[in-house]
Amino acid sequence: MLRLEGIDAFYGDLQALAKVSLEVRDGEIVALVGANAAGKSTTLRVISGLVSPRRGRVLLDDADLGGVPAYQRVDRGIVQVPEGRRLFPFMTVAENLLLGAHAERARGDRDRTLAHVYELFPVLGERRTQLAGSLSGGEQQMCAIGRALMARPRILMLDEPTLGLAPVLVARIFETVRTINSQGVTVLLVEQNVRQALTLAHRACVLESGRLVLEGQARELLGDDRLKRAYLGL
Amino acid sequence: MDPARRLGPAQIGVLTQLVVATVLLGGIYALISVGLTLIFGIMRVVNFAHGEFLMLGMYLAFWAFVAFTADPYFVVVVAIPLFFVVGLVVYGLVMRGVIHASHNVQIFTTVGLSTVLQNVALVAWSGDFRYVRPWHLSTVLRAGSTIFNLTQVVASLIAVALTLTLVAFMKWTHAGRVMRATAQDRDAATLMGIDTDRVYRLTFAIGIAAVGAAGVLVAPLYSVYPTAGLQFVLLSYVVVVLGGLGDMLGAMIGSLIVAAVEVAGSYLFGAAWKEIFYFILFILVLGFRPAGLFGQRGAGTLGV
Ligand SMILES: Nc1ncnc2c1ncn2[C@@H]1O[C@H](COP(=O)(O)OP(=O)(O)OP(=O)(O)O)[C@@H](O)[C@H]1O
Ligand SMILES: [Mg+2]
Repeated sequence: MLRLEGIDAFYGDLQALAKVSLEVRDGEIVALVGANAAGKSTTLRVISGLVSPRRGRVLLDDADLGGVPAYQRVDRGIVQVPEGRRLFPFMTVAENLLLGAHAERARGDRDRTLAHVYELFPVLGERRTQLAGSLSGGEQQMCAIGRALMARPRILMLDEPTLGLAPVLVARIFETVRTINSQGVTVLLVEQNVRQALTLAHRACVLESGRLVLEGQARELLGDDRLKRAYLGL
Repeated sequence: MDPARRLGPAQIGVLTQLVVATVLLGGIYALISVGLTLIFGIMRVVNFAHGEFLMLGMYLAFWAFVAFTADPYFVVVVAIPLFFVVGLVVYGLVMRGVIHASHNVQIFTTVGLSTVLQNVALVAWSGDFRYVRPWHLSTVLRAGSTIFNLTQVVASLIAVALTLTLVAFMKWTHAGRVMRATAQDRDAATLMGIDTDRVYRLTFAIGIAAVGAAGVLVAPLYSVYPTAGLQFVLLSYVVVVLGGLGDMLGAMIGSLIVAAVEVAGSYLFGAAWKEIFYFILFILVLGFRPAGLFGQRGAGTLGV
């Protein structure tokens, strides 16, 4: 189980998160939603270790991750697909995927995981020798998710994986997230498509200006009046 | 002094002679420059002390020759691991603290390092010109009408072999992929579990090992003194800018171009003019790339 306790995070003087506490239980899909600049990406970065919180703790199975540098958290099974995909553009699809298996925990099974990723996203197999920077938006997102899966994540964090994609691809990505989860991977999903995210997720958290304002069963939040007004345009 | 002239009398087949001279010189320049472009490509740091590590390599060859009559060809085998360790140490002591600092701070730091190394060499070994004269320096090779000496041929072959090994390492090994990934997107690399500080340390050490090896190889061909690195570092900047910052294959091509300019210029106008030609070439290159030394950020970063 992953737990955040009273996280305050800053960029210089700007406070991006204030007293954020949340929980992601094993096997769940948790949706993290909120307006622009609410602090969703910062929350993921605090968990992956790219941003160090000024106050508060990140706990994985009750072990404090405070002193664990970002690159070592991958070996604990925490893997983030960053906003904007962030592939290595001048490297091939295959090279990007192989780099995903850099972590110790994933090296031994690398070839088996690679076959699995190509099975999940056949288009990546077809494009394996192409430069990642030359892929279409949807293919890039698949490559980014595939690269993260190469690390054999225990907890997969996805930051707006459907941003800028056509509706048919959005549905495809959501379906993939469900498949990945059904194979035993815990998922923390940041999404702009609030309705679809809440339909997919077990639980959800709503951030507003760096604060956690709502938390609960995704199905119940779908019916919440405040959320409806703010995000679902009803 | 000039290697283009030393290749032998150019009575017959001047053109062949010039081409061979260019290739031989270009091979050595490639090894000198490839470390500079590697360090810039991955760390985004221009190492202004690059020439001083070359100078240290030359002194290593000199002292090994004086103490053990050790041939530079063999000393190079020792020089590679030795300079690799020197690179690790210098990274830890000097570079690590400025790797995320502004370009200005980095420039002051590496220029300072360069001055320190020159003065340490001056105090330790005096300003005298020293010479390394292995037996093969006077061995003349003939290929058809062309004549050149064995030292330069073997030095160039070793330099090319080392450069190609480095290019292959960057392209095909996992460590090479990790280094390129770090250059292209450091945060994304971190999210793959890559320890980027370790990557920078390794990069710096490899770059220094390459230029240290180059120093050993050129020692018999030039005189050895505390500021001997300066004559090479200028041309390696031209090479690196010409080839595209951070582009290793570009650096190999740039080396051939610079060598051609030097060889042709020396032949037509005399060796004393060669630095003028570097400068003209440098200004032309910067003129056609007005963004200048730091303007190429990201372009083909270590695409190799
Ligand atoms: N690298 C940074 N430097 C300075 N401020 C930042 C940085 N990244 C984010 N911020 C600021 O921190 C706040 C939270 O940003 P964050 O990226 O976490 O929001 P978000 O919920 O992910 O927004 P979006 O939907 O736009 O991705 C914003 O005010 C943002 O401007
Ligand atoms: Mg965001």
